[in-house]
Amino acid sequence: MGLSSIAYDLGSGLNGPMSISHLSSPRQQLAFSAKSCSRACITVRAADGNSGSMRAPPSTVRASKLVTNAVAVKSETASIAATKSGHELLLFEALREGLEEEMERDPRVCVLGEDVGHYGGSYKVTKGLAEKFGDLRVLDTPIAENSFTGMAVGAAMTGLRPIVEGMNMGFLLLAYNQISNNCGMLHYTSGGQFTIPVVIRGPGGVGRQLGAEHSQRLESYFQSVPGLQMVACSTPYNAKGLMKAAIRSENPVILCEHVLLYNLKERIPDEEYVCCLERAELVRPGKDVTILTYSRMRHHVLQAAKSLINKGYDPEIIDIISLKPFDLHTIGNSIKKTHKVLIVEECMRTGGIGASLRASIMDNFWDYLDAPIMCLSSQDVPTPYAGTLEEATVVQPPQIVKAIKQLCG
Amino acid sequence: MASCHAPQASFFPQISPPFSADTSSSPIVSCRFPCRYASLQVSSPSSGTFVPRAEEKTKTERNIFACAATASRLVAEKPAPTKKKTTITKEEGLVLYEDMVLGRSFEDMCAQMYYRGKMFGFVHLYNGQEAVSTGFIKCLKEGDFVCSTYRDHVHALSKGVPARSVMSELFGKATGVCRGQGGSMHMFSKEHGVLGGFAFIGEGIPVATGAAFKSKYEKEVLKNDKVDAVSVAFFGDGTCNNGQFFECLNMAALWKLPIIFVVENNLWAIGMSHIRATSDPNIWKKGPAFGIPGVHVDGMDVLKVREVAIEAIARARRGDGPTLVECETYRFRGHSLADPDELPEKAHYAARDPILALKKYLLQHNLADENELKSIQTRIDEVLEDAVDFAEASPLPPRSQLLENVFADPKGFGIGPDGRYRCEDPSFTAGTAQV
Repeated sequence: MGLSSIAYDLGSGLNGPMSISHLSSPRQQLAFSAKSCSRACITVRAADGNSGSMRAPPSTVRASKLVTNAVAVKSETASIAATKSGHELLLFEALREGLEEEMERDPRVCVLGEDVGHYGGSYKVTKGLAEKFGDLRVLDTPIAENSFTGMAVGAAMTGLRPIVEGMNMGFLLLAYNQISNNCGMLHYTSGGQFTIPVVIRGPGGVGRQLGAEHSQRLESYFQSVPGLQMVACSTPYNAKGLMKAAIRSENPVILCEHVLLYNLKERIPDEEYVCCLERAELVRPGKDVTILTYSRMRHHVLQAAKSLINKGYDPEIIDIISLKPFDLHTIGNSIKKTHKVLIVEECMRTGGIGASLRASIMDNFWDYLDAPIMCLSSQDVPTPYAGTLEEATVVQPPQIVKAIKQLCG
Repeated sequence: MASCHAPQASFFPQISPPFSADTSSSPIVSCRFPCRYASLQVSSPSSGTFVPRAEEKTKTERNIFACAATASRLVAEKPAPTKKKTTITKEEGLVLYEDMVLGRSFEDMCAQMYYRGKMFGFVHLYNGQEAVSTGFIKCLKEGDFVCSTYRDHVHALSKGVPARSVMSELFGKATGVCRGQGGSMHMFSKEHGVLGGFAFIGEGIPVATGAAFKSKYEKEVLKNDKVDAVSVAFFGDGTCNNGQFFECLNMAALWKLPIIFVVENNLWAIGMSHIRATSDPNIWKKGPAFGIPGVHVDGMDVLKVREVAIEAIARARRGDGPTLVECETYRFRGHSLADPDELPEKAHYAARDPILALKKYLLQHNLADENELKSIQTRIDEVLEDAVDFAEASPLPPRSQLLENVFADPKGFGIGPDGRYRCEDPSFTAGTAQV
């Protein structure tokens, strides 16, 4: 079965993407990427540019092309690029595209955050939007997360559809009062009178030696808040689709982005599409083991998969997308087929998304399991600055390969 | 920016500054409060901050609130300038009177019902502060927004939420304004523009700021000229030491949002006195630091509050930006019905009961007679009896209501193992499904 894949680089963005496709063997490419180098980049050529779920809503159904070899080669991409419709862009551009389309579609949609306006956004997600839509629709706020998030709540209650950008997910800890008490609760405590259609988004996760406070994995902090939905994007395709879906949703949605994925490149459709907020994405069908993952770890899993496929394993890879609530249908169908589960996440071990997912799987699919659910999470440490220690904090592809070997024998 | 402790004549009527910068008094004053508070050193580091006057003591004891009592006496005893006195019509006067009586009687009924076991939890009563709620909210119109704290029953009533709905909510019944899901501290009404009801102090101020932002957005982005809604945020003295207060003053001034920040300074944050918690207790002075006019008003006098409110609301509607109004007021009961009721200045402020003051004014100026005022009280008593009966007779929320309002779009509960959205399963919303 084809390995649907995308072209991306994990560069810091400052030096631009670099291709290593001249490294012919997967082993070389894997070895190169395993180094924690700020300019490291892995290029996996687009097979079909679509990592759509088998159960994707009609608007996103596309024919998936079977690729016989695990690693696609450059020439194939060139021909695909020439014949395929759509346009190539980076993940942050996809987010911007989704945002811009929604702002054009509905004049009540507005953005608030630090440096989103004149500066164009710290990660350029809102670049050019202030010039186009004006300073009030793309509002540069003072550094007061708790208050401007509360302001977004008040504006949402009275009719607007604000998007709050946290410059880094970690900064949203300062807004936790408003996110938990107001975003999550006010629809309920008002007896359903007020809706809070806010989107709270920002980059999180471990980057390249950004230090502990800028490298937080906070998905678990928000997952228990009742009334919130939480999704994590991992490719340009789902980034744009989820951004649009989150803006259109009447619920408050937290859109988790990853600081290292902004420069991922993919070809996405020209026509309009919206992803489903509650549905997981089947990245690669398989029959030996179910690997559940999200955000950056999806790409580590894909890397590990290349090695695994060469060794004869057939993993089914699911990007869970919806961190709250879990798509138990896609996950369940997979477990019923493979009977073994490995969760690979960047969240911390204690009380993380993986812990929650394990419990959910046990509750619902216990009878289908042939082995205990394995979970690879990041370490329960504040992310160290030193490169070697930082690398050891998150799950790396060799660990995933080892875990599968352990699980499958 | 103009310093506004003596507000400009063009904006506001003359309101006496609460404390004079009398540097001849001793700079360090030691106050002792007998029953539970340690001695307090109060210093006046610079001119313009308050200095207590040694000679104005209450009774025999030096009270740490000699300062506040001094202030209030200054404001109360200043002869009202006859030419600038607010003239209200009979109708306006009666509206104000009725609203305050409704507020007071409702809260008294709450206390009764609480001690009879009809309502539970934390219930915070507004007795004594009615002039602030009535003074401001009766100047608002439909479409304006009010945002409050946990002491929100009377704000909701003044804004027009029926007494039945509020009482029912307090009883935890399904007919409550929030379907029984909010309770005493979370009164919301979309119909009447009440944005809450918040248990944590300070967290309502950004919400009110957001409503004001929306008003400005609607005018300038959506080009809807007919909109000129203003927001009024009510909160206490304790909140004025909280970051959200300052952050919102900054943002409101920055974007000239149509909002009025109303501080109900009743001198106590549960058991923490305002003076022990605040380096400069003059809250109105904090407005000018952000470029906002700061006004201090006697919050026990509904006519004075109303005068300031009219001006501040007009200012906001014009697009001139926010105002910070500090109302000196007092609560006649404990912080909540579960807290002790033993504040020291009660006697002093009881003599300045806003309802009695307005009654005296109406009678003195022949705007109403005793019978009319009595009939108002009778009418309000009937309204409350009806509210209690309605609340008693109303049903409790059924189990099926538990999950109904968690999400505006119930697809947020996700997709179940069978492939259907959970909310499509009727037993899910009935709360009987396995989750």
